[in-house]
Amino acid sequence: MGIIFEKTQAALSNIRSLDPRIRAVISVLDDSALSRARSLDAQSSRQALHGALVAVKDNICTKIGATTCASHILQNYQSPFDAHVVERLHAAGAVIVAKTNLDEFAMGSSTENSAYFPTRNPWNLDCVPGGSSGGSIAAVAARLTPYALGSETGGSIRQPASFCGVCGLKPSYGRVSRYGLVAFASSLDQIGPVATDVRGLAELLGVIAGRDERDSTSVDAPVPDYAAMLDESPGRVRIGIAAEYFGDGLHPETRARVEAAIDTYRKLGAEICEIHLPHAPYTIACYYLVCTAEASSNLARFDGVRYGHRTAHPKDYFDVYSASRAEGFGSEVKRRIMLGTFALSSGYYDAYYLKALKVRTLIKQDFENAFNHCDVILSPTTPTPAFRLGEKRDNPLEMYLADIYNCAANLAGIPAVSIPCGFTSEQMPVGMQLMAPHFAEGRLLQIANWYQTVTSHHLAKPPICAD
Amino acid sequence: METGIDESQVRHIAHLARLKLSDEEITRYGAQLSAIVGYIEKLNEVPTDGVEPTAHPLPVCDVLRDDAPRPSLGAELALANAPDSAPPYFKVPKVLDHMDA
Repeated sequence: MGIIFEKTQAALSNIRSLDPRIRAVISVLDDSALSRARSLDAQSSRQALHGALVAVKDNICTKIGATTCASHILQNYQSPFDAHVVERLHAAGAVIVAKTNLDEFAMGSSTENSAYFPTRNPWNLDCVPGGSSGGSIAAVAARLTPYALGSETGGSIRQPASFCGVCGLKPSYGRVSRYGLVAFASSLDQIGPVATDVRGLAELLGVIAGRDERDSTSVDAPVPDYAAMLDESPGRVRIGIAAEYFGDGLHPETRARVEAAIDTYRKLGAEICEIHLPHAPYTIACYYLVCTAEASSNLARFDGVRYGHRTAHPKDYFDVYSASRAEGFGSEVKRRIMLGTFALSSGYYDAYYLKALKVRTLIKQDFENAFNHCDVILSPTTPTPAFRLGEKRDNPLEMYLADIYNCAANLAGIPAVSIPCGFTSEQMPVGMQLMAPHFAEGRLLQIANWYQTVTSHHLAKPPICAD
Repeated sequence: METGIDESQVRHIAHLARLKLSDEEITRYGAQLSAIVGYIEKLNEVPTDGVEPTAHPLPVCDVLRDDAPRPSLGAELALANAPDSAPPYFKVPKVLDHMDA
């Protein structure tokens, strides 16, 4: 047996023993992972991610195993193709070991909205891991895999990364192909890497970034060697702080840890400057109109005809469509389809959807203005540490506010990363967010890595790993 | 602008969205959507006269591929996930019998 085979076997065994308590994984790809590991062991050439174990969010299509989007409507769906990022992972020598849990169709902020089971936070099993990429993030936090792919529409990588004490990156819109990512909101969705440290993010991003002609929104721009950039000196660093992100509702311990991180950067020699994002208070309202409008359109494809669940005894063709969707979609998905359909309906389009698109322009301009004064913007990733399971389930608006610092980066299309910056008195992780101009992922990761060269928060493992 | 969404509106939206909802869901979604729409109306505080809408974060438009044939999925694979099929077709209940419903 080769080294990669042994490593893969150990990881699969660890998933089988540890995951029943965390529930990060929807399906374990034992056979394909072991077979791939065996073939990699036999290869003499070494690729960028040769033998690296990766978990993939279950809204990213893989030919091997099911792609369920954590929904009953796609429970038995077998993708006939691999997503672009999956092709890239294979080409780079990675081994995909598992498909991970998520809020159904990536709609949620806690991974409680999975149709199958909720995922738990490895640091405290009574708490949520965040969402919607809670499975991918929890898998990395619990050291089930060193790398994972998540997806973001409004903070779905960064918010759980903050809750679980790992690193998660939302790349610039267009940096990574969305081909094979089951669409939620097409102008906001991006696939992004998850790892325990910034170097891991850089290695994964270097593999998945770049133009793909099958996604017309992917951008034909050079992909820097992100990992190599981490070894360069960051030079003069200007960090912008927006007062709008430090107002009411920010948990005192979160505020304290993020302010300590700002102080660390100051001691490292960074210049800290005040910037303003005047339209920040309108981010959530704008985001939920844009994303639900696009979701109502994208999810129209689930019609009970070509794939997915079909109701058992439809009385007519209309019933095939409406009953199949009613039975197949969960509560949060239906709520978002309803909100989006409302926002796009006759008489409300101008007042809601068009208004939101105009506010989106102003939010984007806020960032353009801010980046005239700084390289990156630093903020808390989330207003509070991880909340308890069930705490916000019946209050969708309160749940939506958990992404209050995240959605703006998706609306503007800029890259943003969350990295650990400490713990609360109850030993729950706190994350900070750094945002950068379009396609400045290299600089963003360089500045994030700078912090990790003098801190060790990212090295801490949840106690469950030592059990 | 109305802030509440009444039951008849919820039923109309559900029809447009092709979602067959129960009476309990209609009531629940009505209350939740009213609360969410009430929150969303804070956007009216923002002056947007003369502001161009942003539908997409990048200036990408009219991306066309070469007008050349290329391989497609194929009927067998396209039908592989269908809940009901009669190759090479997807199968659905009759439509015309119910047009007078």
